[in-house]
Amino acid sequence: MFDICELLEPATLREAKEMLKADPGLRVIAGGTDVLIRLQHGSLGGSSLLSLRRIKELEAIRLLGDGTLEVGAMAPFTRIFEDPLVRERCMILAEASVSMGGPQIRNVATIGGNICNGAVSADSASTLFALDALLKLETLDDERIIPIADFYAGPGKVNLRPGELLTAVLLPREGYEGAGGHYIKYAMRKAMDIATLGCAAVARVEEGRFLDLRIGLGVAAPVPIRCTEAEGWAKGREVSIETIREVAALAVKPSRARTSWRASKEYREHLIEVLVMRAVAEAVKRAGDCCAD
Amino acid sequence: MDHNVVGKSVRRLDAIAKVTGRAKYTDDFHERDMLVGKVLRSPHAHARITRIDTAKAKALPGVVAVITAADLPTIRFATAGHPWSLDPGHRDVEDRLILADKARFVGDAVAAVVAEDALTAEKALHLIDVEWEVLPHVLTAEDAMKEGAPVIHEFRPNNVVSSFGVQFGDVEAEMAGADHVFEGDYETGIVQHCHIESMSAFAYVDTDGRVVVNSSTQIPHIVRRIVAQALGLPWGRVKVIKPYIGGGFGNKQDVCVEPLAAAMSLAAHGRPVRYCLTREEVFIDTRTRHAMKLHLKTAVSREGVLKGIHVQVLSNTGAYASHGHSIAMSAGGKFRPLYDFKAVKYEPKTVYTNLPVAGAMRGYGTPQIFFALESHLDDIARKLGMDPVELRLKNLIKVGHQDPLTRNVVRSFGIPECIRKGMEAIRWEEKRAALGAQDGPRRKGLGMALFAYASGTHPVALELAGARIVMNQDGSVTLQVGATEIGQGSDTVFAQIVAEVLGLPMDMVNVMTTQDTDVSPWDSGAYASRQTFVTGIAVRKAAMEVRDKVLEVAARRTGLRPDEMELRDRRVVEAALGREVCTLEDVAMDAYYDRLLAAPITSDTSANVRINAMSYGATFVEVDVDVETGKVEVSEIWNVHDSGTIINPRLAEGQVHGGVSMALGYALLEQMLFDAQTGKPLNNNLLDYKLPTLLDTPEINAAFVETFDAAGSFGAKSLGECPVISPAPAVRNAVLDATGVAFHRIPLYPQAVFEKFRETGLIKQRSVEHV
Repeated sequence: MFDICELLEPATLREAKEMLKADPGLRVIAGGTDVLIRLQHGSLGGSSLLSLRRIKELEAIRLLGDGTLEVGAMAPFTRIFEDPLVRERCMILAEASVSMGGPQIRNVATIGGNICNGAVSADSASTLFALDALLKLETLDDERIIPIADFYAGPGKVNLRPGELLTAVLLPREGYEGAGGHYIKYAMRKAMDIATLGCAAVARVEEGRFLDLRIGLGVAAPVPIRCTEAEGWAKGREVSIETIREVAALAVKPSRARTSWRASKEYREHLIEVLVMRAVAEAVKRAGDCCAD
Repeated sequence: MDHNVVGKSVRRLDAIAKVTGRAKYTDDFHERDMLVGKVLRSPHAHARITRIDTAKAKALPGVVAVITAADLPTIRFATAGHPWSLDPGHRDVEDRLILADKARFVGDAVAAVVAEDALTAEKALHLIDVEWEVLPHVLTAEDAMKEGAPVIHEFRPNNVVSSFGVQFGDVEAEMAGADHVFEGDYETGIVQHCHIESMSAFAYVDTDGRVVVNSSTQIPHIVRRIVAQALGLPWGRVKVIKPYIGGGFGNKQDVCVEPLAAAMSLAAHGRPVRYCLTREEVFIDTRTRHAMKLHLKTAVSREGVLKGIHVQVLSNTGAYASHGHSIAMSAGGKFRPLYDFKAVKYEPKTVYTNLPVAGAMRGYGTPQIFFALESHLDDIARKLGMDPVELRLKNLIKVGHQDPLTRNVVRSFGIPECIRKGMEAIRWEEKRAALGAQDGPRRKGLGMALFAYASGTHPVALELAGARIVMNQDGSVTLQVGATEIGQGSDTVFAQIVAEVLGLPMDMVNVMTTQDTDVSPWDSGAYASRQTFVTGIAVRKAAMEVRDKVLEVAARRTGLRPDEMELRDRRVVEAALGREVCTLEDVAMDAYYDRLLAAPITSDTSANVRINAMSYGATFVEVDVDVETGKVEVSEIWNVHDSGTIINPRLAEGQVHGGVSMALGYALLEQMLFDAQTGKPLNNNLLDYKLPTLLDTPEINAAFVETFDAAGSFGAKSLGECPVISPAPAVRNAVLDATGVAFHRIPLYPQAVFEKFRETGLIKQRSVEHV
């Protein structure tokens, strides 16, 4: 039994936008795996919910003319994991998607919900950061496209304007093409867990040198982050254990890990170094495999 | 011995009902006009209630009743699921009220709302106005025993529930005369049972004016007694019904929700009230496993002969005693019939703190003491330069051993064979030789540990079990027991025993799985791994009584003497010739309808079992240690058990799989955490409490060494709790083997392993310091 006043279930995106314009106080619910838990804990008591569940157009995953991979905000993680376009072009996103929850959760939890929930531990976040993902945000009258890094505002906070809906995640071609990627979800369990640290690395390698390296970290700071100094340092350098070790050491710098009962600051920082090393090494290996084709 | 049904992996009686979802659990029953009960819990670890105002809550539409301690009897009662003791000195500590008069932990129930629906009840809880006088609190046993520590219960001003211990021999003399004396400190965490089905009950007042409680319990007959005691009712005015149960693991060997469910119904003029805990509530207001700190001091000869041991235990029982000191005492009794110490001094202290209540949990104190002892033995073996297996083999007791304190006799002792089988299965010597010294980021190690356990509680408590059999017209039988099927498969095992004695196929033995204290024979319930052993004796006795009656009727029909016949495959046969003389159906029809001699064949009996049988086993394990991240994974595990005759191999394997999985969580991941300042639970849900998932669980290998123990029925000994005891120390010893690092506390979760590896230099300080 949930403490809600009303449940609206529009069938089209336009209808949803109209409802949200009429009442910007509606609480948007996608898969429900976060909202329902908060309702059960009593923190959203008395809400009116706007469910996007019936809007099938928001579940589509397609390739746009310019090579951008568009993932509908309501695409559930199972679907993303299984999608041939995603698997062919962005295996790292499939990897991140399947790391989330368990099968039942992945069947209902959506990528849009995962992002809008604003959790620093969101399993999709570090990978989307590393892929330079863009978010498409729409109101009834307007639309804007912003880098995902500009969306996260703080723990559990996102830059969603009144009346606005996240409708799609855009993965520009430059972000994934010719690159190898690897996501490591470091958690206490192999399933049904939240990340102690999420580490995504995307690398492009040419003639044994880093053409491009992007590292996204979850749970390393109040919001997901990129390790720009480490990335910049790697650019043009020879792919070697020494380079990767240095990259891993530099990756700790932008982190703002803190001690909580889940893990200490020292341990998290140690994990950043170890996992960046492992993720970059694997990404490089996959980039090599990718070039060999 | 040759059996037809005993020893066979027959399908569990409830298998189809459970997998098809047709089996009905407590929450599947709905009564007309049913209400919902919810509880207001203390936000403080220790606080006096100076004022409580329920007027606003009562005024909320849909609220039927609001109760506090002031509305209820002031009878303090004990909740532990033990048979009543006629000796007042042997009873459990009576320290509980249905609703608390003073909050003693965060989550202590201080008021309850009964409403038309759950949401209204929840809302009403927020309308109860409580004024608290917050008191200082203590979370550790050490702090609770300090001079001037806050007093949690007035009748125990030093917070010590009990410090009763036992000893034999002269430990001090053994220490003084020993070649070596080794000491070690070991510590275990607080874990929770995490049974799938919540703790739940509903109660109503029946048309005859009696209180009926339907509950997910392991101990229906004891629940009846305790509900009656708590409410001040004659015991016969309460009836308890137990339908199918979704797991208990000892948590439901305690009375947690039933008295309050009954009180809620009484407050609502007898209307049915359901009181089902959320998972978050199950974590904080049912029971947990006692956290223990153990100090071991052992006298050992140069050759590795264990001479004497002095064990000091600090057991943190939380805010109420529950099973209290029984658990520390049980722990102290189990290792004695394993290693042949000449002198033992066992000094346990069970201490109150302002934490959730610790009670019975699978193993009942033994996982704690065997973690300490078996880790200690590996530490000793290292210091003596001995192989850990050799050290153990050198010190085992022998068949015929009699414990000097309990007087229990060891009649079967399969440990040497368990060790041999385990070593062979995991390829102990070959792998250990191959591993050698390792220095990489991934290291492997092998470890082992032994355990001993009992079958039931004799001679500590009463072991009484009832069984009743009715033979139907077609020769099939219906068995009633008071023992409780909670998922372990006891109903199936009892049916096998009956089928074996009466020469019946399994589908002609019905077992009434629903217990109703008005109807079911008396039995104290599912705990202490007692049912196959203790109730099995009663069931066999009842079946033999039926067999004798069948043979009497057959003798009347045939003119043969009863001892010339036996029962085989639904028939009475002349034993010497194997010739069928009549069918069981013929006999049953005579028994029902013979105009002169009709007297249906039934038996109604009980067994007061005043004997015990020790069970044994060993864990052999291989671990994979990720030195860089501190993650320990089990790559291979074998649990080899001596549980006497295995009545149903598939069910026995199931017990081992479940128990080992539980033990691996205990060893590596699971622990309840509390804020050190406030005593608030930090992870009382299944996301933050790291119960291992299927993916975290390795393939679990179960093996059995089948001894025959004359004490039990068909030679069976206990198994239910056994598999949970030895995996944790085996894993710890394997990590020691892999890394050379000796851990003294479980769980070995990554943060703790990281810290220890850094402390011991296995993980270096980071190359670039972050500022």
